[in-house]
Amino acid sequence: MTQSPYATVDARPSPLRRLLPPPPGAAGPRGSTLLRHLVLAVLAGAAVVLLTNQLEPYRNLQVARVCAFLCVTAGFTILVGLNGQLSLGHGALMATGAYTVALVQRGLDGRDLRGQWSVPLSLLLAVAVTALLGLVIGLAAARLRGPYLAGVTLAVATLVPAVTTIFTGVFNGEQGLPFPVATPPAFLGAYFQPERWLAWIALLAALLTMLLMANLVRSRYGRSLRAVRDDEVAARLAGIHVARTQVLAFVVSAGCAGLGGGVYAVLTATVASGKFPLELSLFLLMAIVIGGLGSLAGAVWGALLLVALQDLPALLTEAFTLPGGLAQRLEGNLALAVFGLILIVVMLVAPGGLQDAVRKATARLGRRRPRPSR
Amino acid sequence: MTEPLLRVEGLHAGYGAVPVLRDVGLSVAARTITAVLGANGAGKTTLLRTLSGLLAPTAGRIVFDGADLRGVRVERLVHRGLAHVPEGRGVVAELTVDENLRLGGLWRRDRADARRALDEVYHLFEPLARRRQHAGHQLSGGERQMLALGRALVARPRLLLLDEPSLGLAPRVTAQIMALLQRLRDDTGLTVLLVEQNVRSALSVADQGVVMSLGRVAAATTATRLRDDEHLRHAYLGF
Repeated sequence: MTQSPYATVDARPSPLRRLLPPPPGAAGPRGSTLLRHLVLAVLAGAAVVLLTNQLEPYRNLQVARVCAFLCVTAGFTILVGLNGQLSLGHGALMATGAYTVALVQRGLDGRDLRGQWSVPLSLLLAVAVTALLGLVIGLAAARLRGPYLAGVTLAVATLVPAVTTIFTGVFNGEQGLPFPVATPPAFLGAYFQPERWLAWIALLAALLTMLLMANLVRSRYGRSLRAVRDDEVAARLAGIHVARTQVLAFVVSAGCAGLGGGVYAVLTATVASGKFPLELSLFLLMAIVIGGLGSLAGAVWGALLLVALQDLPALLTEAFTLPGGLAQRLEGNLALAVFGLILIVVMLVAPGGLQDAVRKATARLGRRRPRPSR
Repeated sequence: MTEPLLRVEGLHAGYGAVPVLRDVGLSVAARTITAVLGANGAGKTTLLRTLSGLLAPTAGRIVFDGADLRGVRVERLVHRGLAHVPEGRGVVAELTVDENLRLGGLWRRDRADARRALDEVYHLFEPLARRRQHAGHQLSGGERQMLALGRALVARPRLLLLDEPSLGLAPRVTAQIMALLQRLRDDTGLTVLLVEQNVRSALSVADQGVVMSLGRVAAATTATRLRDDEHLRHAYLGF
């Protein structure tokens, strides 16, 4: 076959290409994708449950926060990495989920409706409400590209906290809404660590999200998402409804963000708009880029990083006795600075993100193994 | 005379204020290959883009299989059996060969037949079968053309709009693709509207020829006549 002189022109790599890991390709061994993912999810779940049994309450809360963020980053990386739509408003979508949970929990409690079922119910509603908001944003997003889309989602990021301060009667302004969360069920014993229970709730939500997303990526919708990202004309000519695909991606990732935000609220049993500033949206984006855009394993890296950096200032002030003023200044800015630094370093060293670097490193190790001599 | 599969009447189209197609009319009978010929800028590609819905016509009618196509979205046209392989291939560079091909059958309800069509395409294009897991951007120009063609075929179209399949390909590969079009016409009853700069190779397989010049249809006749009529050849085809 002759190399076409137009081959290089044809390739038209998308601008996000450099950040993307190579396409996943076929799933290696044939067989049920769902089953394989299910087994993986159960194994991962079992490992984390065993881990939580060993940890002290504070560490368990950290595990729970990682799981909450994982819900968000898993959906977000599909939107940005697989579908190529940029959003700077996912922090606000988390807030939407969180406030939904708070309002539903308070409403149920006010009507004396209490029980273990209340948290799953309010999380479900959080997903529904956020997905609905995602639908609205997605419909606008499908008409916009690149910087314009970033602008609109940025507006969402600032709008949602503003709404909470305008309608103080409902959202209680900056003070936020505390809400009751059911204690661990009785069959676990009277002295069961509540933080462990919270970690399990968050874990379940994260595993469910990962399972759904993993199957989505491998499904025909996953392929449509990527086709739309790379070449809209080719996708349309292949019979794919481009706008519908983009809206779908937004709805899915918004639902995930709502779930993550809801879980996050359950962990602290309170929600306040200050917890979801604009920086959070930026952090989320940086986290999935550092982890590896479009990769669910990268989303795990991102979630770990988000929690690690949130806790970094506290860790530093604990380790070194810093003057009070400095500690206060670090509180707000350290995470942002460190995040930016990591982003720069990772993009220089491993443009495909941490997950891509890990993949390459393991591949290199595999090659280095001595080959059997013939 | 039976109703042609595609009938175009008084078609006007252009880009913004620049009109390209002026009062284009043509008809394509089922199970034939029609070559659209003409110099650069004659409006050949614009004609295909308008037919497949990528470009909205400013006036005129496009009747495909008895139905007016005005206002029908591109992706719906594929479902109706009209496939367009654009110039520059339209291969999704980031997807693998297999994924690209499956994209073509993604919308189809009949999953079993979509799989069958996929196997048939692999059978037609040996090189693609060997490179199933390669990304689109790793393919050669010829393989890329096969992939674009293959993806269109997975949708089991009745009318194939093919834009310059010989662009940048070796003569041997071009000949293979032309022979394949003939085979598809004879075996599956595919109708092809073929835009080509390479007049000789296009006329070697075509039944009908349409010559375009400055956005108008200058001549429409049988391929044999176009080949043999010295006057027509000199005037529009330059050989």
